[in-house]
Amino acid sequence: MENEKHHIVPYKVYIYILLALVTMTFMSIGITKINLGEYSVLGAMIFATLKSILVLSWFMHLKFDQPFLRIMVGFVVLVFFAVIFITFLDYYFR
Amino acid sequence: MQTVSQLPDEVNYLDYKGKYKGIFAWIFSTDHKRIALLYMYSMLTMFVVGVVLGLAMKLELIAPGKTIMDPQTYNSVFTVHGVIMIFMIVIPGLPAVFGNFMLPIMIGAKDVAFPKVNLLSWYFYVLGAVLVIASVLFGNGAPDTGWTFYAPYSFKSGTNLLPAIFGAFVLGFSSILTGLNFIVTIHRMRAPGMTWFKMPLFPWSLYGTAWIQLLATPVVGITLVLVALERIFNIGVFDPALGGDPILYQHLFWIYSHPAVYVMILPAMGAISEIIPTFSQKHIFGYKAIIASTLAIAFVGYFVWGHHMFTSGMSGTAQYTFSILTFIVAIPSAIKVFNWISTMHKGSINPEAPFLWAVTFIFVFMIGGFSGLVLGALATNVHVHDTAFVVAHFHFIVFGGVGFAFFGAIHYWFPKMFGRMYDKVWAKVGWAFFTVGFLTLYSPMFYLGMMGMPRRYYDYLPEFHAANILSSLGSWVMTFGLLIIVINLFRSAKNGAIAEINPWHGKTLEWTVPSPPPLENFDEIPVYGEKDGPYEY
Repeated sequence: MENEKHHIVPYKVYIYILLALVTMTFMSIGITKINLGEYSVLGAMIFATLKSILVLSWFMHLKFDQPFLRIMVGFVVLVFFAVIFITFLDYYFR
Repeated sequence: MQTVSQLPDEVNYLDYKGKYKGIFAWIFSTDHKRIALLYMYSMLTMFVVGVVLGLAMKLELIAPGKTIMDPQTYNSVFTVHGVIMIFMIVIPGLPAVFGNFMLPIMIGAKDVAFPKVNLLSWYFYVLGAVLVIASVLFGNGAPDTGWTFYAPYSFKSGTNLLPAIFGAFVLGFSSILTGLNFIVTIHRMRAPGMTWFKMPLFPWSLYGTAWIQLLATPVVGITLVLVALERIFNIGVFDPALGGDPILYQHLFWIYSHPAVYVMILPAMGAISEIIPTFSQKHIFGYKAIIASTLAIAFVGYFVWGHHMFTSGMSGTAQYTFSILTFIVAIPSAIKVFNWISTMHKGSINPEAPFLWAVTFIFVFMIGGFSGLVLGALATNVHVHDTAFVVAHFHFIVFGGVGFAFFGAIHYWFPKMFGRMYDKVWAKVGWAFFTVGFLTLYSPMFYLGMMGMPRRYYDYLPEFHAANILSSLGSWVMTFGLLIIVINLFRSAKNGAIAEINPWHGKTLEWTVPSPPPLENFDEIPVYGEKDGPYEY
């Protein structure tokens, strides 16, 4: 573990990410005011996904970590989307 | 590979005197072996409660009409029985006890990656158990929804549900922390030279399980929080009167709770994969196929939850999809069974108690698995859904699977854990009574379900009487067997003959350390050579 490089992210970048997260939080609230019908869930999911990517990449340092860990997280995301897809096989065809 | 890694006179984990004394030396210990025993004794306590409730249900069903309890009490009894047995026994079961005890030793580590987090997970377990018990003892009557807490009943019922829901939520934290600990331990702390494909199969099964614990448990956690919010604030997520969808609850609940079946069964399969080669004195057949099937079960197991909901009003498209996926998950399970049987073929079989438990596991697991296909097929499912058939299938898989594997594992690793050997004759007598009782208890339920007896009813039609008497008698025989097993193990832990380091001639690392193991397992971390492997007979 001692041999692993530690990437130092400037505070400025963290603040930009924080601002982006706060902005997207307001945007995800704002989108609920628009009637998108069956796509309203999709709209909320897009904002949630973008926010998760920012948190994982910078706050949790995934962007600077081993590719192996990125693959594992990618696999988890894949499982998550598969679960969502199968759930909606019920809702869209009910 | 080193054979004995330290001096035999080193203080073992049971006799070790640390900073604290008495009970504090246990409840403040971060040693993975002590934490494993803390889990075991806590689970045993809850198991006794669960068994008593189960016996009470069978006694109620010994005759039609009211026997010993009214319908409301019966509802509460099967709910609390389910919550205890599922959330406190079979889900943590093998990972928390044998995973905690054996994983670090089997991969050549001194402890798990995060010992303090490991202890914290036990505290969460105890807190969760206390909350569930509180729901029974205080408030407006014990929960009566069934262990699944189905909406809308779970937020309409006037019984004391909130502590039980919160208890299950807290127990989830215990499971997540254990899973996280095991993943990191396996990734970072394997002995030098122990590559992934030199790791024994029990740690492999814990690895697959840990991913399910980590990824699926939060789903049920947030679902239970939503039920609590629905009860307190009427938020309208699941309540159809407020625009909510009760079937969404079933989706969310089973997205966790079906993979949870694999949290229960995968470590059980891992333990069986250790016992069979040892008692056949033969290299495990299809080592990589077993690993692949473990990971395949863990993966496909995420996508089959809807087979619990075939009669819920779900769309036809979803029903077909879930039915097909359910049949797919049977394939890796069958691969394991073929591998175990092939391992035994032409082996030098030693029919000691652990082996008897292992082969009976295969027998009952196959009955459970085949009856699972009946439930996985849409047409037959509709016929037997919510009948005693489901109860029989479920108990053959969960109690038959996990229970037999747990008893197999405790008889296998007991001499290592306590440094003493149990009475082998009584161990076999206990196994015989338990097995006969188990089959007598649950087999009639297949027939009763096929004939249309619904589950979760305290009463039944007169034509179901004979089979119910048989089933109730079976519960007494099984409990008698259980008593023999527990008494034999308790007596032997204190007074049994001193056990050898390797009484079963096993080849995995735990059989290279003294019995019981010293505090940090190894003086020097063992090194795996090119030709070393876990099952080189």
